[in-house]
Amino acid sequence: MGTLISIRDLRKSYGTFAVLHGIDLDIAEGEVVCVIGPSGSGKSTLIRCINHLEGFSAESAITVDGIKVQPGAALARVRAEVGMVFQSFNLFPHMTVLRNVMLAPIRVRNAAPAEAEAKARDLLARVGIAEQAEKYPGQLSGGQQQRVAIARALAMEPKVLLFDEPTSALDPEMVGEVLDVMKKLAGTGVTMVVVTHEMGFARQVADRVIFMDGGRIVESGTPADIFDTPRHERTRSFLRAVLNH
Amino acid sequence: MNLLNTFFNLRVLWESLPQLLWGLITTIEIGIVSIIAGLIGGLVLAVARLYAPAPGKLLIRIYVDIFRSIPLLVLLIVVYYALPFVGIRLSPFASTVTALGLVSAAYTAEIFRAGIEAVPHGQFEAAAALGFSNRHTMSDIILPQAIRIVIPPLTNNCINVLKDTALASVVAMPDLLKQATQAQALAANPTPLIGAALIYVILLWPMVAVVGRLEKHLSKGRR
Ligand SMILES: Nc1ncnc2c1ncn2[C@@H]1O[C@H](COP(=O)(O)OP(=O)(O)OP(=O)(O)O)[C@@H](O)[C@H]1O
Ligand SMILES: [Mg+2]
Repeated sequence: MGTLISIRDLRKSYGTFAVLHGIDLDIAEGEVVCVIGPSGSGKSTLIRCINHLEGFSAESAITVDGIKVQPGAALARVRAEVGMVFQSFNLFPHMTVLRNVMLAPIRVRNAAPAEAEAKARDLLARVGIAEQAEKYPGQLSGGQQQRVAIARALAMEPKVLLFDEPTSALDPEMVGEVLDVMKKLAGTGVTMVVVTHEMGFARQVADRVIFMDGGRIVESGTPADIFDTPRHERTRSFLRAVLNH
Repeated sequence: MNLLNTFFNLRVLWESLPQLLWGLITTIEIGIVSIIAGLIGGLVLAVARLYAPAPGKLLIRIYVDIFRSIPLLVLLIVVYYALPFVGIRLSPFASTVTALGLVSAAYTAEIFRAGIEAVPHGQFEAAAALGFSNRHTMSDIILPQAIRIVIPPLTNNCINVLKDTALASVVAMPDLLKQATQAQALAANPTPLIGAALIYVILLWPMVAVVGRLEKHLSKGRR
């Protein structure tokens, strides 16, 4: 399978404070990559550079499906191919769940409203909230809102889905329903990059796990490599801390 | 009794009423045109300030600050009496609407900016991540949420514009105040002025009351 995302020497700093110190990473089509690491290690920044929610240093290069990620006209094309699910859902509170899901295809892909609606209803059914279509986001539980957010991202038929700690803002009893949706999704062959603290999910679903610390990729490999035979002391101490908390 | 006859002479009021109502129509015309010009100008300035390159942002800030600092009466007199020296000769109506519109646009721009900034940043990010253009981000996502926040201050601004239309009388515009002073001179009695004051209150009181209720309603936070 071909490379979908290619990241070369990704550097990013806030003023003089360097957050990413030259990251190289290729993600293949259909691959599910989980990014783990301590708070402040740059995980969010890394995936937010992929759709240019964060700008990055001029020497760095990211391409998505062959399109260079940079400000300008091509950026809209990249963003149409890259879906994102946020920790805080970021649903549009002033429109119904259905409209949340169908609006982007209409506005960005010029989809016919009737088709967009049919697809939105279909997606809402897939994430298990078909009955909530006419409600407003504020009327739903956190877990339901995050599933709407996943449906909203899927409605654009993206080539890749980025998740930034999608379950961290949820009450514990709702984490499972969102992870279940994500597991199902991983099984359908969508490319996924998931920043997560859910080690069980990473172990079970990831093709590859990346451990970041201090703005660098310290170690990457299969879940078995990372969780059972980590090579770096920093990986080991991080895993000890999160697995025995 | 004498006092009542002087300040609230029903006969004088009745006789001057048609003149006052003509003035009211002029006042409302000036008000509506200025308010609409200010709303459009302010919205354009607020959105442009968000997306313009740095020099454009600076220019807009300077505009907004200048037109909020300058006394409206001074601006009006400059527009009406000074601009003719550089060949720009505006009618009393056009002068008034220009001065009121310029100032109202500056205040409206600030109101919209505050409203837009009150929309959580995650809304901009979600729209960007989905590939929305700037235009659709504004029209579909940001402004519909900002509108709720800005309605009370916008209504307040409308009230101020309507009140400030009274300044038009200094450039010989036959607005409500001007008609009242003329009627007063004619009748040699101040009752038309009292009548004009009452008409202003009747016109604006409902709007003031609505703002109060809106503010209370929104501060309860239905979000
Ligand atoms: N807007 C900003 N200005 C300055 N520093 C920032 C900004 N955003 C992030 N940082 C810093 O960049 C570093 C990496 O942040 P990032 O959010 O990518 O970490 P993370 O690995 O996602 O952490 P977490 O697990 O807490 O979400 C942190 O040290 C953070 O303080
Ligand atoms: Mg993060």
